[in-house]
Amino acid sequence: MTTSPSTPAIEFAGVRKDYLSHGEAVPAVKSLDLAIGQGEFFSLLGPSGCGKTTTMRMIAGFEEPTAGKVFLDGRDVTGVAPNKRDVNMVFQSYALFPHLTVQQNVAFGLERKKVAKNDIKRRVGEMLEIVSLTGMERRQPKEMSGGQQQRVALARALVNHPRALLLDEPLGALDLKLRQQMQIELKRIQREVGITFVYVTHDQGEALTMSDRIAVMNSGLIEQLGSPRDIYERPSTRFVAGFIGTSNIIDGRVTWSDQGYAVLEKGPGERVVVPVPAGVAVGRDIEVSVRPEKIDLHRTIPSNVNGSLLSGTVTEVVYHGTSTNYTVATTAGTDFVVFDQNAHDAEDVASRGERVFLTWAPQHSYPIGV
Amino acid sequence: MDRVKRTLAPYLLVLPGGLWLLLFFAVPMVTMLSLSLQEGDIVNGFVFTGHWQNYTESLADYQTQLIRSLVYGAITSIVLIVLAFPVAYWIAFYGGKKKATYLFLIMLPFFVSFVLRTISWRMLLTDDGVLLHPLKSAGVLPDDFQVLGSSSAVVFGLVYSFLPFMVLPIYVALERIDPRVVEAARDLYASPMTSFRKVIFPLALPGVFAGVLMTFVPASSDYVNSELLGSSETTMIGQVIQAKFLSNSDYPSASALSFTLMAVLLIGVFAYARALGTEDVMKVAAR
Repeated sequence: MTTSPSTPAIEFAGVRKDYLSHGEAVPAVKSLDLAIGQGEFFSLLGPSGCGKTTTMRMIAGFEEPTAGKVFLDGRDVTGVAPNKRDVNMVFQSYALFPHLTVQQNVAFGLERKKVAKNDIKRRVGEMLEIVSLTGMERRQPKEMSGGQQQRVALARALVNHPRALLLDEPLGALDLKLRQQMQIELKRIQREVGITFVYVTHDQGEALTMSDRIAVMNSGLIEQLGSPRDIYERPSTRFVAGFIGTSNIIDGRVTWSDQGYAVLEKGPGERVVVPVPAGVAVGRDIEVSVRPEKIDLHRTIPSNVNGSLLSGTVTEVVYHGTSTNYTVATTAGTDFVVFDQNAHDAEDVASRGERVFLTWAPQHSYPIGV
Repeated sequence: MDRVKRTLAPYLLVLPGGLWLLLFFAVPMVTMLSLSLQEGDIVNGFVFTGHWQNYTESLADYQTQLIRSLVYGAITSIVLIVLAFPVAYWIAFYGGKKKATYLFLIMLPFFVSFVLRTISWRMLLTDDGVLLHPLKSAGVLPDDFQVLGSSSAVVFGLVYSFLPFMVLPIYVALERIDPRVVEAARDLYASPMTSFRKVIFPLALPGVFAGVLMTFVPASSDYVNSELLGSSETTMIGQVIQAKFLSNSDYPSASALSFTLMAVLLIGVFAYARALGTEDVMKVAAR
């Protein structure tokens, strides 16, 4: 089958999925319209129960949508059995065949496709080399470490050259060091084989590190779809701002607006300056998000502030090695978190109970959902 | 003091059961072995000779019954696999929250005495019983058609008697299969039938093996089903041994036959394990 590069690898059109629970339909995915491009590393990110796993299982064919259609390479696969879909999955628990060797596990899909014996042997060998498992062909899964089993699962899926590879929290069971190593490894393999990866995770760090695009899901809906930078820097909902990294969110009424900027007065001399699109008028209530690492902390009131200024009292100081995290109770009413890089000296800028001033540049404020 | 206690503890735990086995298993076994090498009769008493002729003679006389028993046992096990696998499969994968209830239902008939159940079968299968009479009057079966007394009736009874012992181990093996592993097979282009053949069945094999072990051995040495449902044409080795012990008081040949049966079953079981490629029979059975 030849497909033009513009045909999405995977497409959801008006998909809804309900589960029956005690005779009642409970929606897992409420409404989904989504196109995933060829060769893209695409992440579905969200808390448990947000519908990300159901979405992935609908691509694999383990779940059928209650309404709507699923397309693979432009072909409608709604209602097509999993074994007749040209996608492969890496399961969270790996789901290796316990009674088969590594070689037999990886060869399973090719054997079903009736690939010639010699070709199977060659392709399995090549694949095991890519995942650095050469020499382990005759091992049983139970004789291998978690990281190795993980790579067998990856090889078993990738060896078939599927249209898309589906990964369901594949690194969840690994320890931190190995997980970070595998993240880089996965990204390298994806570049090497050029296959579309759909990656399900609840770990925002993982999604930000590896993805070309991320769909942040919550309660069966996509909250925001965009590049990691988009999602981190310009969260479109309060949920996204809170779920991805740490955000300081402050709300208030626009008291002044000019040339693409709005100002929220927060007391004498204190204000939040935020870039806004045209049409945000004085008197409107908005929410503004600021990332903790964008904020500067001062012990004395700085002169010549170009941007936002708030004051408050330090309530918590936590040393993190690369940075020190301060919690500041602002006089404007919300608690702010500030990350201060320990770049130059190891001295804390302020200590608990001290009165401090927070400033940040106008472009580091982001209005949510405006 | 604590050290001594700790070293002794495992032995103390084994002691009651160990003594029981020694008294009621090891001692009778040795007695039987000795009996099988004796000669004489109940009136004049038995004398130990150390001759193996009891074995050769009784085997020559009753090899038909011995082979018949093994064949009945084998057929019973095969029929049981065919019957029990779908049941176990259905309970394991589609039983939902009622799994325990279904398993209980399988066990339920076994709360009634073994002999009573077999006698009920006899009443059901009798020539003019509830099963055959309507079929005969409807002309489906000829008037002289009989089930009772035939090999089929005996195997039928054996199958019925041992059904749970095949269902339970297969169920346990199936229940332990990770459903994701089956999904992985489907994901890797296996049709439902191929997933069953390549993944589910091989993973259930230890259960099948345990089931065969738990049914073939007792079915081959059973004497109640043939006694109640069979005829002189279906006499099994268990009946011969029972008659020799209890009616004829021919203890030496009865013991010799018992040992012969045991030896044949043990050899059979190990050969079977070998053929299946299971390294350790008992390890598999224990799983």
